[in-house]
Amino acid sequence: MTSLETKYQALSEMATAHGVADLQVREQNGVLYIDGTAPTGAVKDALWAKYGEIDPTFTGGDLIMNIKTDVSAAVTKVKVTTESSNLNIRKAPGTDSEIVGKAAHGEVITLVSQTSDQWWLVRTEDGEEGYAYAQYLTPEA
Amino acid sequence: MKIVKTAFVVAMALSLSLTSCKPKDADVKAKVETAMKANPDASGVTVTVADGVATLTGEVKDEATKAAVEAAAKTAGAKTVVNSTTVMAPMVMPEIAGDAVLAAAVKDATKDFPSVTAVVNAGVITLTGTIEQAKLPKLMMILNGLKAAKIDNQLTTK
Repeated sequence: MTSLETKYQALSEMATAHGVADLQVREQNGVLYIDGTAPTGAVKDALWAKYGEIDPTFTGGDLIMNIKTDVSAAVTKVKVTTESSNLNIRKAPGTDSEIVGKAAHGEVITLVSQTSDQWWLVRTEDGEEGYAYAQYLTPEA
Repeated sequence: MKIVKTAFVVAMALSLSLTSCKPKDADVKAKVETAMKANPDASGVTVTVADGVATLTGEVKDEATKAAVEAAAKTAGAKTVVNSTTVMAPMVMPEIAGDAVLAAAVKDATKDFPSVTAVVNAGVITLTGTIEQAKLPKLMMILNGLKAAKIDNQLTTK
């Protein structure tokens, strides 16, 4: 086990224990890469809380932890989980793209498709359809 | 009476010799475990032995190792081996996004963090500026999903 694997061992163990799928832990050029798909958002949050315990300032520069959350095809509703503001809905993926609508904080909207890891196609109650930043959308159970 | 006694002694001796022919499960387990220790690739293998049947469980890195641990268990004295080891998913080296793609993704990701400046160079995201401590994990979570080679966080928290 390399020193980086040891430093972040608690993360890979936690990921295994909580059933993170397709887990990959490997080192390249002084950076440890942990990739996988968490079964729930709670597991992802727990892993990030643990990362925060190991490196509270996130200044190590020696870990890239890319944990996705498994969103089943059955999920059709997502909640807008911005900090407090409205979520922009855009014509195409990317912040350069024109804003075609807005969804309120806390609003539950329809997930049309997971276009990429970053941008999801959504539709509001008013029928406005476009791309929203996936980090601010939480799948409804 | 004497005949009965003799027959009993013979029967006892026979049963003893039969028992001694059959290796004990614990002995087989110890031998197979020693064989596993000799192979560094078998460190994830657990051995259990019941009624002479050795069962191997745990993860091995490839099919060749799976076959090798089974052969080693047989050589070590296990007559019957149940090989329940599983082969790990092959390691895939990390995928690093090109700078143009990464820069566009970083721009989108940092839009709601106006006090943060992010520069992309050769796969490395360098962060300067200030951020509230409470918002730092969220920003890092987003940036960790963009397939950067490295994140150099020089932000000052407030």
